[in-house]
Amino acid sequence: MKHITKIALLVGALAMSACTQADRFDSADAGPGAGAGAGVGSGVGAGGPSDPTSPAYFQQAIGDRVLFLVDQSTLTAQARATLDAQASWLIQNSDYQAVIEGHADEQGTREYNLALGNRRANAVREYLVSKGVASSRLKNVSYGKERPIEICSEESCYAKNRRAVTVIAGGLTS
Amino acid sequence: MDRVTRLLTAALTALALMLPALVQAAPLRIEITEGVVEPLPFAVPGFIAESSGAEDWGARLAQVVADDLNGTGLFRQIGQDAFISRPTSFAAPVQYADWKAINAQALIMGAVAVADNGQLTVKFRVYDVFSDQELGRGLQFQGTTEGWRRMAHKVADAVYSRITGEAGYFDSRVVFVSETGPKNDRRKRLAIMDYDGANVQYLTDSSSIVLAPRFSPTGDRVLYTSYATGFPRIHVLDVGNTRSRILETQTDAMSFAPRFAPNGQSAVFSLSEGANTDIFLMDLGSGSTRRLTNTPAIETAPSYSPDGSQIVFESDRSGSQQLYIMPASGGEARRISFGDGRYGTPVWSPRGDLIAFTKQHKGRFHIGVMRTDGSEERLLTASFLDEGPTWAPNGRVIMFTRETQGASGQASLYSVDVSGRNLKRVRTPGAASDPSWGPLQ
Repeated sequence: MKHITKIALLVGALAMSACTQADRFDSADAGPGAGAGAGVGSGVGAGGPSDPTSPAYFQQAIGDRVLFLVDQSTLTAQARATLDAQASWLIQNSDYQAVIEGHADEQGTREYNLALGNRRANAVREYLVSKGVASSRLKNVSYGKERPIEICSEESCYAKNRRAVTVIAGGLTS
Repeated sequence: MDRVTRLLTAALTALALMLPALVQAAPLRIEITEGVVEPLPFAVPGFIAESSGAEDWGARLAQVVADDLNGTGLFRQIGQDAFISRPTSFAAPVQYADWKAINAQALIMGAVAVADNGQLTVKFRVYDVFSDQELGRGLQFQGTTEGWRRMAHKVADAVYSRITGEAGYFDSRVVFVSETGPKNDRRKRLAIMDYDGANVQYLTDSSSIVLAPRFSPTGDRVLYTSYATGFPRIHVLDVGNTRSRILETQTDAMSFAPRFAPNGQSAVFSLSEGANTDIFLMDLGSGSTRRLTNTPAIETAPSYSPDGSQIVFESDRSGSQQLYIMPASGGEARRISFGDGRYGTPVWSPRGDLIAFTKQHKGRFHIGVMRTDGSEERLLTASFLDEGPTWAPNGRVIMFTRETQGASGQASLYSVDVSGRNLKRVRTPGAASDPSWGPLQ
């Protein structure tokens, strides 16, 4: 029974996060629709957002993303505070691995933005490692400007798109 | 002298300085420079049917030839309703007076026959009307009805070449990324089409992101970046059977921005390790790689000079994106872009003389060209987002991606002459980005 409750809570959490699904790890064998479910609920005893050991809690209560200034990969004070909390959570929940997704806004060329997104993801990864998270648990991927979450062509949207998102996963495949 | 005067007033008004060269040149000629302000009028009657059932083909072939030439902005078709006489035989003598009267400077006469087995035979002649003579020699092609557009493109290429003295580009293809879906859930797949947007075929499905395909020098393969494994990796695709394989398998490093060497045997690309992105060279046969740049900066978008001796690329080693040229074996690079703004995605012209690039300045994007020493920078376009130039095989036209602004923003392909004239949208079935123009077939 407890197990079923957990699944129900998980589904709720996924529904709430559906608006950020474009953010999710998009791979050939798990498209965006399946990706979130596969990543979050892959048998590691995940719970709902009220369960502090759950990926949903990580995403919503800890904060799964940090934002960057234009053409920068330097972590702001606010970003470092979020990452401190992410690091503590990852250290306490050592069954999980994470993929750090780096993104850029649309104001740049495609190739450069891929490299910039990589710089951002790497900045997050290095910070988490400096706080004690094993580097083997973390993997980077850059989406460049390919996966905006906000779609207007104004700074209010760009600011949210210049991000690195720590996506909790049960395990890395490669 | 009369003839020279005529040409100058009709087509070459701004080319007075070229007069000495012109006198020795072929009678009917357009010099492709910024000076061409008045397109050259031409007539192309429907190709004459030389077998039963060929009438439709005659009209269609003439239409594609006319579209090709009109599309360059260098030629202007004279409508059939202006014609004084209508040729009924390919062999009959040309009535020059009838074409002079409507100021058709070039006349393209074609004929087509369709055999029982579906084979098309196309032949054509080009006439310099005001010289009362044929320009070059008649040519004949054979092919399947399926390939009829290619035969028309070949005719247009021959006409273009005879009148401009340069190779054409109509019988060529473009590989690009076809896009569907909203901005925050874009679906992308590789597609290939004729240069004019006809005959679109899809090369991949849209289950994973694909970016920036690049044709091989002979058009038989395409390098591109795909997220099929979940991470950006360079793939190589065989255009004939659409099978692809991962080219680069290094884990924990993403690879992207590939481009073939002119010999087709190796490729340059970017590899990101840690925070750093550098340029590498890979032998496509053995898979062995070699590092070409080694700085903490972002180094990407490499493109070879046509002779394979040098590579132009972008780097932010100075603090912002700028263009550099290094020897193909790596080593010391010299910066060539010094204007205001940021410069990316350099592509070396197939003629070797110019480098096309994307420039970002004051919130606008431009496609521009500069000489290989960085001099004579010219911006050809301006918009909210123009990027990723690719050269026509003759180095006279550039195709690129233009994306519109806002929540409903969409990408389209555009082309522009290297002179900055004749900017126009390239027909695609839906949204499209990242064109790579293949060789003349």
